[in-house]
Amino acid sequence: MPTVSLTVNGKAANATVEGRTLLVQVLRETLKLTGTHVGCDTSQCGACVVHVDGKPVKSCTVLALQADGCAVTSIEGLSQGADLHPMQQAFRDCHGLQCGFCTPGMIMTAVDIAKRHPEADEATIRRELEGNLCRCTGYANIVKAVQTGAAAMRQG
Amino acid sequence: MYDFDYQRPSSMPEVKKALATSTDAMPLAGGQTLIPTLKQRLRKPAVLVDLQGLRGFNEVQSVGDKIVIGAMATHATVAASPILRKRLPALAALAGGIGDPHVRNRGTIGGSIANADPAADYPAAVVALNADVVTDRRTVTGDAFFKGLFETSLEQGELITSVHVKLPEKAAYAKFPNPASRFALVGVFVAKFKDGVRVAVTGAGPTVFRVKTMEEALAKSFAAAALDGIAVPASGLNSDLHAAADYRAHLIGVMAKRAVAACS
Repeated sequence: MPTVSLTVNGKAANATVEGRTLLVQVLRETLKLTGTHVGCDTSQCGACVVHVDGKPVKSCTVLALQADGCAVTSIEGLSQGADLHPMQQAFRDCHGLQCGFCTPGMIMTAVDIAKRHPEADEATIRRELEGNLCRCTGYANIVKAVQTGAAAMRQG
Repeated sequence: MYDFDYQRPSSMPEVKKALATSTDAMPLAGGQTLIPTLKQRLRKPAVLVDLQGLRGFNEVQSVGDKIVIGAMATHATVAASPILRKRLPALAALAGGIGDPHVRNRGTIGGSIANADPAADYPAAVVALNADVVTDRRTVTGDAFFKGLFETSLEQGELITSVHVKLPEKAAYAKFPNPASRFALVGVFVAKFKDGVRVAVTGAGPTVFRVKTMEEALAKSFAAAALDGIAVPASGLNSDLHAAADYRAHLIGVMAKRAVAACS
């Protein structure tokens, strides 16, 4: 069986996989990084979003072998020890979650939004969140959290 | 998903060799349609040949009076291309409206047009601009490329390498997106060239098509009002849980007018 070599959250990781093994399966089942969630498994909900070579992708719609040689950042890779990433802290402070299932993907997307649009307004944030579904919150506090987190990232 | 043999060759000859190893070999571009299709067990390739190992097929370049888009250029790349944003902003905007940011980071123009989804956005641009679809074997005009529902003129093992776009004087794309998937319920691309106007519709029928009555009216007077009273027949258009055929027919007129009004 083929092997895949990744750099996950800064550390080298190797796994034996099948052709059909998805990136999210390697993260969750082989590396036990269960912060990345599988929501819909049909490329719609965005709970599985991770960064591959710096770009957010749906890890349920990427084969593990497609990511061979790539750097992957998952939700576990954001905090510095006990210190939350500014975007994680913003979601906590703004109550940008209820059940929390969509939150890892929301935050990975939000970090990318803040990088590409440091001064993002509400309309931009809502458009950029089109690939992330939350069935609890109605998005109001998520949008606030992204704005707050983006501001903290600008200062940080 | 059924298992398959995954290969990632790094040159075109190796890609062709890998595709020739089995009649059930399939190329994999961004995978944003193919992987969900495999998950549903709607396809069962024996070999998947990943094209991302090829170099030089993911750029957007100005070449003479044309813009050449590599087949492996992602929707995000096309949307952000400074060349397109300046010279053909309608195409950059179309790419920026496909799916969502994550899908745009993986999905490619070559993959999209090879798949020929009836609700995909790119086919409207390829046909309205009569872009040349260049493959490893030949060049196919936009008018001749799409054949039907998920059907193109590509032969077994034939690969799109780039799309060559002639610049129109004016162009715009207007779509009514499905609110969940962002696929086009109806999308209309209008392009005004020196020698005529082309109007291509996606989402409404089994495959992209042109509306000659609108093209003739717009050639006489390039204004949204020129489309008043031009109805597209509902017969043959798609009906599904999202919209009935007569609603789609109505939307073609609405989207065409919006596209003309937005032309820049």
